[in-house]
Amino acid sequence: MARESSFVSRGFHGRRRGEADPGRVPPGQYVTPDFPVLSAGPTPHRSLELWNLSIIGEVDETRGWTWEEFSALPTEEIPVDLHCVTKWSKLDTVWRGVSVDTLLDGIETAAEYVIQYADGGYTTNLPLEDVTGGKAWIVYEYDGEPLAPEHGGPARMLVPHLYFWKSAKWLRGLRLQSEDDPGFWEVNGYHNYGDPWQEQRYWGD
Amino acid sequence: MAGAALLGRLTWQPAEVADVVTETPRTKTLVFEVPGWPGHRAGQHVDVRLTAEDGYQAERSYSIASAPDGSRVELTVERLDDGEVSPYLTDELRPGDRIELRGPIGGYFVWELSVGGPVLLVAGGSGIVPLMAMIRTRVAAGSGTEMRLLFSSRSWDDVIYRDELERLAGDAGLVVTHTLTRSQPPGWTGYARRVDAEILREVGPRAGERPHVYVCGPTPFVEAVAEALVQLGHEPRMIKTERFGATGG
Repeated sequence: MARESSFVSRGFHGRRRGEADPGRVPPGQYVTPDFPVLSAGPTPHRSLELWNLSIIGEVDETRGWTWEEFSALPTEEIPVDLHCVTKWSKLDTVWRGVSVDTLLDGIETAAEYVIQYADGGYTTNLPLEDVTGGKAWIVYEYDGEPLAPEHGGPARMLVPHLYFWKSAKWLRGLRLQSEDDPGFWEVNGYHNYGDPWQEQRYWGD
Repeated sequence: MAGAALLGRLTWQPAEVADVVTETPRTKTLVFEVPGWPGHRAGQHVDVRLTAEDGYQAERSYSIASAPDGSRVELTVERLDDGEVSPYLTDELRPGDRIELRGPIGGYFVWELSVGGPVLLVAGGSGIVPLMAMIRTRVAAGSGTEMRLLFSSRSWDDVIYRDELERLAGDAGLVVTHTLTRSQPPGWTGYARRVDAEILREVGPRAGERPHVYVCGPTPFVEAVAEALVQLGHEPRMIKTERFGATGG
């Protein structure tokens, strides 16, 4: 990807261009066949018996699902490209899970923001409109297999149009609210929205 | 809060190579002069951008190895044989060359004097880099904070910063313990296996002392160490991790 810089690194030629469709790789990203793991702390291991998922906050009525209830909801297969702020992109991943639209169906709220919260204390914030209208899922299968703990199992958020830190691992619920509330990385130097195509990696980008 | 100064955009800055130091057969330290560098905290990283003559660019993130020191920034880079950027940085760069940097980045995997101790650092291979910045920050300040490093390397020749760590190990309150997982020099009496709960218990500090724990290394290493620490009773929120896969770099 050529850009405005007139800077040249002597002797650098680059090797990876042409390997992936540039229209699918945002600026500053490189494509990897691997699935790197990034987490700020130990991986939580929650048994399905003790797992539940809640929608709380400014809603007419709090909703909750046990694993048994959640896994009985209609699912979709979601083929997407992933973009991590640490520069890797992984193309053509396939997930299975429940659309956030399904979970919010029938809920009345005036909230404009949603806070994902997770086992381990992780949070991340988004405008509510970024997780509705077929843009976000809560997934529990990756590549046809149950989602591994290090990748966020039993269930994680999937918001593929934003950098991957906006998709909380080990998700336990969504809190709907009228005020924005920057999450874990958002208070630690990372962009509040995180659009990879705008390269919104850090504060001020 | 220190981060407030970062609210402006982190711009790309030219960085000139002042020195290249061979650490091990696979790793080198690149010493950069970055005019106007705003300073950093131990544990933070930078983005590096390389630009080819035709305008093609590649970016990667690297942890900062050095304690804050004016306009000087050191990165230690492990050469990944199938990588695009790391072989250039380790094999091609020489003093006088320039690249572009953007940073410092990250506000969580950070230790500074105000965090205090005791501190337990657990490194796997080149995962030592951000932890070395923490050790160097402590030493530069003449701090007596209790700090223990448990460092897993494949062999004695693969121990990054070996001589400096040997020198510093005499420092009061700083304890360095190695484990060599693949091969050991003759007469080696130290650990010779992957880090496990028993090693972590022997190296300490005990969970009851509530140490600040920082773990950095390849994903399977970090997963195993963090899980063992939790089993030993350390609170998950006291354990900060940074993981990397050997990907593309």
